[in-house]
Amino acid sequence: MLDRALKGSSRYWGWLIFLLVLMGIGFACYLYQFKVGLKITGMSRDVSWGLYISQLTYLVGVAASGVMVVLPYYLHDYKAFGRITILGEFMAIAAVLMCLLFVMVDLGKLPRLMNIIMYPHPKSILFWDMIVLNGYLILNILIGWNVLAAERKGVHYSTWVKVLIYISIPWAFSIHTVTAFLYAGLPGRHFWLTAIMAPRFLASAFCSGPAILLLIALVVRKFTNFDPGKEQIRTLGGIIAYAFIINIFFFLMEIFTSFYSQIPGHMHSFVYLFLGLDGYGKLAPWMWTFVFFAIVALILLIIPSTRRKEDTLAIACAAVVISTWIDKGLGLIIGGFVPNPFERVFEYWPTTPEVLITIGVWAMGFFVLTVLFKIAVSIKEEVAA
Amino acid sequence: MYDGGKIIVGLIIGIGLLLSPFFYNAGKAVKAPEPELTPKAKEAKVCVAPTPYMRNNHMHLLDDWRQTVVRNGERYYKASTGKMYYKSLQVTCLDCHSNKSKFCDQCHNYIGMDPYCWDCHIVPKENK
Amino acid sequence: MGISRRRFLKVAGLSAIMAVGGKAGFELLRPGQVEASLPLTKGKRWAMVIDMRKVTDEIIQKCKEACHKAHNVPEFGNPKVELKWIWEEEFEHAFPDQEHEYVADGIKDKGFPLLCNHCSNPPCCRVCPTGATWQREDGIVMMDWHRCIGCRFCMAGCPYGSRSFNWGDPGKAPKELNPDFPTNPDFPTRTLGVVEKCTFCNERLAKGQLPICVEEANKIEKDSFIFGDLADPDSNVRKALRKHFAIRRKPELGTSPNVYYIIG
Repeated sequence: MLDRALKGSSRYWGWLIFLLVLMGIGFACYLYQFKVGLKITGMSRDVSWGLYISQLTYLVGVAASGVMVVLPYYLHDYKAFGRITILGEFMAIAAVLMCLLFVMVDLGKLPRLMNIIMYPHPKSILFWDMIVLNGYLILNILIGWNVLAAERKGVHYSTWVKVLIYISIPWAFSIHTVTAFLYAGLPGRHFWLTAIMAPRFLASAFCSGPAILLLIALVVRKFTNFDPGKEQIRTLGGIIAYAFIINIFFFLMEIFTSFYSQIPGHMHSFVYLFLGLDGYGKLAPWMWTFVFFAIVALILLIIPSTRRKEDTLAIACAAVVISTWIDKGLGLIIGGFVPNPFERVFEYWPTTPEVLITIGVWAMGFFVLTVLFKIAVSIKEEVAA
Repeated sequence: MYDGGKIIVGLIIGIGLLLSPFFYNAGKAVKAPEPELTPKAKEAKVCVAPTPYMRNNHMHLLDDWRQTVVRNGERYYKASTGKMYYKSLQVTCLDCHSNKSKFCDQCHNYIGMDPYCWDCHIVPKENK
Repeated sequence: MGISRRRFLKVAGLSAIMAVGGKAGFELLRPGQVEASLPLTKGKRWAMVIDMRKVTDEIIQKCKEACHKAHNVPEFGNPKVELKWIWEEEFEHAFPDQEHEYVADGIKDKGFPLLCNHCSNPPCCRVCPTGATWQREDGIVMMDWHRCIGCRFCMAGCPYGSRSFNWGDPGKAPKELNPDFPTNPDFPTRTLGVVEKCTFCNERLAKGQLPICVEEANKIEKDSFIFGDLADPDSNVRKALRKHFAIRRKPELGTSPNVYYIIG
């Protein structure tokens, strides 16, 4: 089926080459980082995780969101989603690959990566993160590929694929729960030490991932002969709406606990993020942008007429993606490290090479996504014909 | 052959690239390695283990040393001669074999091996 | 006032071992001259009691210099990438949970020496995916620089900011600040990409020597740094803790740190 990815319009190839260029630039920057060390990033002794790990966190959510189309179809017989489960699964593959790559570019000694397998430490959440992420990748590859191949041949897929599908549903929930556990169990980081870290992660995953999927589905409809379907888009819109409302609700719960209790350790990170602390406030404009886009998204998603019209829904989805990315992909990680254990503010801001490497990894993800979607859409077009 | 011309040309280029290291080095023979002992090493007569064993297995010995020293805190090695040695590349091995470029590097360079031990373990300064 | 026979024998025995051990320790660095192996660290819970009534800025500075010199820790002059195993902090930053507006005059501006607390319940060891940091039987939280993959999860897990990461090659630290690097040819350096921290001088403990900061501090002011075995009820640290009220950093987190500060 891979040969479907080799036949495409000049626009398709132009897009792939553009992504390859971005990947090349990112790779060159990574070679520089590999030689000289992570000092070329903005990370420091106090903020020891930065853009790379925050992107990993965001993308695990996007990967997990494939379950939002798989679950209604397989567990609740919502036939309409049958059309687009493959898109959810393929998006999950691209997202998990990006996650794994972000871990790898963040490691201080990448050649020693195998140490996690050679010397396993089940007490470490990172060990379980490795297992669940790789497991989810394999699951989605096996499921997606076999379901698509069966569709192409006009037959039903085998039973063992069905078993894997049923496994992938709780597995999707687990990948993001385990990633949340990376943060939620650390005694010294009060910003993260909250029981609703995992629920927050899941809520933001289930709005941001489907939002990205919806936007991509609209792109697919525009540029190919495959139409994901009006009903599917509408239902996705409903899922995104509820998940986003819950996500914002959880965020406000955090604000309440921190500020009503008035405990400094709980308040300080929020104060730094939104108002600045000790004269440092680089992230404040970003966090208020998140608030602005969150309000836009909430309005457009709650009002039924704007949610049902596809153009306003698209704007809402873009707003969801922007706001969740700022909240999770920037605010969450940096906020956990500021202020530092000595109650001092040491700011973090990504450097240019760091951003280029990040863009390179995102480009790789979109490359994989484009190739996989090309295959899926080509086959669906053929079958429909 | 369908697309025969392209295939033959591609094969020639591919195999040419594959064999290029041999063409590059054709006719050049590299000198066999000659590791030199320092006066101190010659005086000691024996290493922590017999020379043939060390030549083949020093890397396994060092690996075992680093495991047992760092992870188990066992810092002393009893040689087959009964002598006790402090397990340390820097402090024990390089004390006698302080001429890395004329000893360790001789064989390592010959086989194109670049152990990363030297990233951390300090090499004594040599008088060239 | 008499001394019991049992106690006399204990002290005499210990002095004899120290005398023999001292000579043996001196011989150690030269291969082949030790007849029998010295006992490894025999403690069960190594800990440090720092008597802040005796500690001065000069002592902390000397400790830091001695430690960093003995372990080849370079100076970067840049807080973003700095490496530090032991350093000085003011009270409000060392004990932010105890800080208030009316802290006593002698304490408010005093410098406190901070280092890895070698916790009894260390979160850093829990989170390490490869076991590159782990808790030894004698309580020391140890580092294995051969195994560390540089994921920095331990740095996120440590509530005390005790860990430093080699963001670049430590050998490439500014030459003006590190003219004699590496300062100790008997101890390795680290490479770029691994996390490092104080290891309670376990290499010295194995030879029967005290950690170098303790040795340096006690040269200037005796008993300013007390190092011993918490598991032994008669040890110097237990005696000091029985006699003086001491605090630890962030005890409410359940990490059970083993560096105690006698405030005064």
